[in-house]
Amino acid sequence: MSALAEEPLPAWSLPREAAARIRIANPLPERVDREWALGGATGDGVRVCILDSGIERGHPLVGDIAGAVAVSVDEDGKTIVEPDEEGDRCGHGTACAGIVRALAPAAELHSVRVLGAGFTGSGEALLAGLRWAVEQGFDVVNMSLSTTKRQFAELLHELTDKAYFNGTVLVASAHNMPVESYPWRFSSVVSVGSHEEEDPLRYYANPTPPVEFFARGVDVDVAWVGGGSIRATGNSFATPHISGISALIRSKHPALTPFQLKTVLHLTSTNVQDDG
Amino acid sequence: MADDRLRAAVAAGLLGSEQEFARLLRSIVEVARAIFGAKASSIFLLEEEANELVFAAVAGEEEQFLVGRRMSASSGIAGWVASARTPLVLEDVQSDPRFARDVAEDTGYVPRGLMAVPLLEEERVLGVLQVLDRPERARFSLQEMELLGLFASQAAIALSLLGTARKARAALADDGQASLVAQLAAALDRLEGRRRQGAEALLEGLVTVLAGR
Repeated sequence: MSALAEEPLPAWSLPREAAARIRIANPLPERVDREWALGGATGDGVRVCILDSGIERGHPLVGDIAGAVAVSVDEDGKTIVEPDEEGDRCGHGTACAGIVRALAPAAELHSVRVLGAGFTGSGEALLAGLRWAVEQGFDVVNMSLSTTKRQFAELLHELTDKAYFNGTVLVASAHNMPVESYPWRFSSVVSVGSHEEEDPLRYYANPTPPVEFFARGVDVDVAWVGGGSIRATGNSFATPHISGISALIRSKHPALTPFQLKTVLHLTSTNVQDDG
Repeated sequence: MADDRLRAAVAAGLLGSEQEFARLLRSIVEVARAIFGAKASSIFLLEEEANELVFAAVAGEEEQFLVGRRMSASSGIAGWVASARTPLVLEDVQSDPRFARDVAEDTGYVPRGLMAVPLLEEERVLGVLQVLDRPERARFSLQEMELLGLFASQAAIALSLLGTARKARAALADDGQASLVAQLAAALDRLEGRRRQGAEALLEGLVTVLAGR
């Protein structure tokens, strides 16, 4: 932590005598490479939240879940957060959790179920669930979903900025179709699309955003409800690859801020590393 | 009788467009099945208030009995696709015992693989298009995903246009009296707040008086 936290500065400004108080150690080495970023990392000490359809309990490819809640919004717009006894009614959340587990075996997995309680109000539940997850201060939040409802765009924007400033890395799926959806388009999140290769540790930086990274998302063997697995395709499954890799980096380098983490992801991308 | 003709005009407008609606949907799933070389294809329409997905069209003569069947939008793969508004492509779905059971109960046929894509009109979800058991190939490709997305966009536009046309046809029925009703409805639609409440109360009163209740 910087000295900033000890004595607050006046709003939006830096007095001359305070400059010495905000010295921040440079966490990055002269050359950032994969070995420095995630070599030997297991995800230990990192809390990853899967904001999705829930996670099936006791799935062999997922293992222990540290916490599971279901978030919904009642008719008065009040957020309800309750322990999730139901698990996963679709399989999608379990799939995402399994991908993170495979990459970051020691990471702590948390489930926030925002889908499956009914279609009406699904956008509200997504927003409320994300707000709750940001308040919990998870290190990484995997969001393999988005909303097309413009009415939520501004609130989502505020929330993703809040996550960014609070140190939560929000990893969000780009849409698979040419439609406007949120929050993956915001620069405060790490947005992910798919490549067609099989290596789970191969990821590319996209020189032409808004999609910032491409990870494995085609014909991925994923955990599914019923204790088994299926093969799945979609940006939904590319996203937890970047979440898992982010968990590895954060476990090895907990001081990195979200924007530094994004820089490390960029510098360690397959196309940046190999081709310069 | 005058009011019989009026009701008949409105009913005929609605009925005719429903049939076109069904024909267009059927054509969409037949084309989807052909494009992907798949065994089956279907469209679910989302009924948001009931939180249900309704089989609106199914490709193939033998599967027509499915049209009209309903399922909860709260569970399952199509439900997830509708609420998450994002497509899913799955293979080996038979290994999901719950999915296999639910689908078998609904259709008597459990696919090996499926592609499900939301039918989006700007920010609204109109339904879900499913394509079942495309031919087995080594790998799925992102080109297929793109094709699926483009095709779904086209299907959604067709659905949306048809819905709009249906409303317009009903409102602008050429019968003078139906047109009068349409004008009244349009005037009512433009009102807000207390004026709207007042107008509705007036209409209720009018119905009571005209019906002689």
